[in-house]
Amino acid sequence: MSGLRKLFILVWKDLLAEFRAKEMLSSMLMFALIVVVVFNFTFDPGSGATKEAGPGILWVAFTFAGVLGLHRSLIHEVERGCLHGLMLAPVDRGVIFLGKAIGNAIFIFLIELPTFLLFSIFFNIDFWKGLDKLAVIFFLGTIGFAAVGTLLSAISVNTRTREIMLPILLFPIEVPVILSAVNATASALAGQNWNAISGWLKILAGFDLIFLLVCFVTFEYVLEE
Amino acid sequence: MEVKNLVKIFGDFYALRSVSLQIAIGECVAIFGPNGAGKTTFLRILSAISRPTSGEIFIQGQRLSEAALSIHRQLGVIGHQSFLYDDLTAEENLLFYARLYDVPHPTNRIQEVLAEVGLRERGGDRVRAFSRGMQQRLAIARAMLHNPSLLFLDEPYTGLDQHAASMLTAWLSKLRSERRTIILVTHDLEQGLALADRVVIFLRGKVAWEKPAGEISRETLRQVYFDLVAGLHGGRL
Repeated sequence: MSGLRKLFILVWKDLLAEFRAKEMLSSMLMFALIVVVVFNFTFDPGSGATKEAGPGILWVAFTFAGVLGLHRSLIHEVERGCLHGLMLAPVDRGVIFLGKAIGNAIFIFLIELPTFLLFSIFFNIDFWKGLDKLAVIFFLGTIGFAAVGTLLSAISVNTRTREIMLPILLFPIEVPVILSAVNATASALAGQNWNAISGWLKILAGFDLIFLLVCFVTFEYVLEE
Repeated sequence: MEVKNLVKIFGDFYALRSVSLQIAIGECVAIFGPNGAGKTTFLRILSAISRPTSGEIFIQGQRLSEAALSIHRQLGVIGHQSFLYDDLTAEENLLFYARLYDVPHPTNRIQEVLAEVGLRERGGDRVRAFSRGMQQRLAIARAMLHNPSLLFLDEPYTGLDQHAASMLTAWLSKLRSERRTIILVTHDLEQGLALADRVVIFLRGKVAWEKPAGEISRETLRQVYFDLVAGLHGGRL
């Protein structure tokens, strides 16, 4: 119970600091929207090519904007030694990981909504029929992305080339998440039923479970070294 | 507190070379040493934020690696950095740490510590707006918040103005009178000697010299320190 309360406190701190500064969310959102706008100039709205490329464009926007957020979230902790402050507190380091990962996932969710709305308008996509499926896909995809991203940003933040290091480390590991999320999104946007996307959802859920557990256990060692 | 044969290696650099030290409950130990002597690495390992390559640490009879959470509950640290969030106010920063440390009646306690460091009027201001000295005072308030019995202070006087420095000295004297265990890392030989029960000099990751503070004068300490450091640099300073 105490761990859960501390988890809530850690997430509250991240949200409060970000809503004050509005640094990270604004840059993530701008980046995601620019990606959608730029691709809008390339494809003819409503064409077959748009339908094929659309889910990929959407997840490029989510993941690249997500990398910006993941990177900034750990930089804030390191700048004033706050990460050491957290490590010195009587809090399990796995809980610190979960707090950071949940905070990061919330920020990514927050940029996904307006980005998706703009995407639907620009690419003339009727998403209402598949909204429930898309919500599940975005949720599972974002959790997996934020979990691994939080661990790897804790590794990369102490390297000299941290801006480059994070995406280099992150994207190869995230291939199953991105692949499953893109395919499931394509099926959902095409109006297919739950059966058609259940295989991809299972991969996403499995990835999330495995990596949440692995990151929870290994975060302590990453922090200490 | 007992430290046995502590070794820390970064790549092929030995930051600590078999450091052993015993510190009694209520003792104040001042650690001196030139830059790169291993003082901060030593404190980081004692705080369980870095792992030793080898060696053992026991605090109040508990092995540090096995009881880090309960030891952290009793530990206050003031380091080179403030551990404070720029975009939160002073009160929000303290509330965050108070909740992490399960401080009872956190709102009252926050007002108490803010008053002690002379920042009660600025509690609602963001830390970003604070001067270096004010941030250091707030860092002292953060370290005091959970009333720790064990304190690790790494260059706590850095960046403090005269008023804040005398406030810190008064606070440390109060803690000493309450018999809290303190490890103070400093470059200021006089300040360290005045506050400590025992002085230790680190050189190249080893305890090069130690003596009870009552058995040594300021001049002798200065002479010993400069002789040791001069030896390190081949007789040149």
